[in-house]
Amino acid sequence: MYTQAMDIPDDSGKKLAAVSNATSEQEAAFEARIDADGRIEPQDWMPEAYRKTLVRQISQHAHSEIVGMLPEGNWISRAPSLKRKAILIAKVQDEGGHGLYLYSAAETLGTSRDQMLEGLHSGKAKYSSIFNYPTLNWADVGVIGWLVDGAAIMNQVPLCRCSYGPYARAMVRVCKEESFHQRQGYEALLVMMKGTDEQRAMVQDAVNRYWWKCLAMFGPPDADSPHSAQGMRWGIKRISNDDLRQKFIDATVPQAKVLGVTLPDPDLKWNEARGHYDYGQIDWAEFWNTVEGNGPCNKERLATRVKAHNDGQWVRDAAQAYARKQKERALKEAA
Amino acid sequence: MSTPIDYLLHLADNAVVLGQRNAEWCGHGPILEEDMALANVSLDLIGQARLLYQRAAELKGGDATEDKLAYFRGPHEFRNYTLLELPHHGALVGYAAADRDYATTIVRNFLYSALMVHVWDGLQQSADASLAAIAAKSLKETSYHLHHSRDWLVRMGDGTEESHARAQAAVNHLMPYTEEFWTTSPAEGAAVAAKIGIDVWALRPAWDALVNEALAEATLTRPNFHGYVTEGKIGLHSEHLSYLLGEMQGLARAHPGATW
Repeated sequence: MYTQAMDIPDDSGKKLAAVSNATSEQEAAFEARIDADGRIEPQDWMPEAYRKTLVRQISQHAHSEIVGMLPEGNWISRAPSLKRKAILIAKVQDEGGHGLYLYSAAETLGTSRDQMLEGLHSGKAKYSSIFNYPTLNWADVGVIGWLVDGAAIMNQVPLCRCSYGPYARAMVRVCKEESFHQRQGYEALLVMMKGTDEQRAMVQDAVNRYWWKCLAMFGPPDADSPHSAQGMRWGIKRISNDDLRQKFIDATVPQAKVLGVTLPDPDLKWNEARGHYDYGQIDWAEFWNTVEGNGPCNKERLATRVKAHNDGQWVRDAAQAYARKQKERALKEAA
Repeated sequence: MSTPIDYLLHLADNAVVLGQRNAEWCGHGPILEEDMALANVSLDLIGQARLLYQRAAELKGGDATEDKLAYFRGPHEFRNYTLLELPHHGALVGYAAADRDYATTIVRNFLYSALMVHVWDGLQQSADASLAAIAAKSLKETSYHLHHSRDWLVRMGDGTEESHARAQAAVNHLMPYTEEFWTTSPAEGAAVAAKIGIDVWALRPAWDALVNEALAEATLTRPNFHGYVTEGKIGLHSEHLSYLLGEMQGLARAHPGATW
């Protein structure tokens, strides 16, 4: 799951500069391939700024998958039926798998998983801010599937055509799984809406809390989006933040009607002339405040990731020590 | 002769309680690959529990369902081994809090799966055809759980000084709880008599061999044991189960009759 427009600046890479470390033929070949909508592969020459942009974007994406395991993981132990428990474990596990493919895709650009984790743990690298909000009732699990993963799909389907091959290929599988999660989330909500008044109230409460956050996660308006233009030029970004946000809203309003929930925006109405839904003002001050680390759960999310990593150090050390010993034993036997 | 429902509940409660414990690592594993591995183990166990509860509900009749059996029975009605309900750390009272220790998790998964590969293998011949089918499926899954936990047991035991000490402490803490495997509960006795269950006592030499061999490879020692043998499978549990069930069952019990 990942929804945030992947052009949120962070401090994980040095300032992007058009460093010319190549011959003019290499640059020309790169540009020609981009223009022809071809794929760039790990062994190909690429401008340093392209490489850094991709590392930042893919690692932000991977971190988001891993941090995103926490808000939903919050309900695994309390899932109200064994079937829902199994679905939720499988879903959170899928997110971990997405993190794994994405770290691997980023590693093809010459940055190790350890380096990327160091960026996350030190607070330099960003992750999707949607995971800095709490999951307060069971319906949050369904709403995250429906809305957050639904928004993720809007963002990620165009990435299947990203110019960088390993990222594009990873996204094909990720998108299939996200689409499954979205349908599972929606189905869980449909069942709750057919249930008791209390269950319906849970769903509405979760929608009220997540709707605006989901809209913000497409990233700042196009006019204020710092990396969009270069990303578009390089075929890393395909559709603008505002266009994706509109597409998401247009697709979601009819789904909300079928579900029987109210989307918490009095300005949300069909505009015949535009052929789209109009919507109200997003609270960007709140969004940036959360991106900057001051949302309701930022500190808990990050501290939990750091603790899991630190607590696991002895386990990773043991595996490496054992592997070393096995290698030494094999060498001795061979001698 | 009908399948003793308590025997199915014993198998199902084992699976659900250990599944619940393993899932507690989700998002907190020592490395991403292990996070996913334990989620897999948990999913297998929850899946086994579901099938076993479904079979028990079918035999019980009336309005019994898998979720009624999992969510609306109290700790004294649960029939799992006490070993499986323990938190992921050393000996502490029920309301003490401590960090999760991966060695405890791995050693427990190893001791239990080393038993269950033999139990499921034998139950493939159960006179209850549904149970035999569940056993065939569970055997494959449990073989993976054994493989996974045994690999890590050896890595930890023969890894660093710290990992060795942690693995040995976990073995010392958990091994006494395995004595419960070898006592026969009334439900097990009835199931064996009906050729539906398996005589666990007969599996002891095979389990001992598996455990001793792995501990030796891991350079760990097996502690001697004299003392209280736990009785979870007849419903007398540790202080820890009611916390586990309180968390697991709370939401379902707050909305009795609701469908999810």
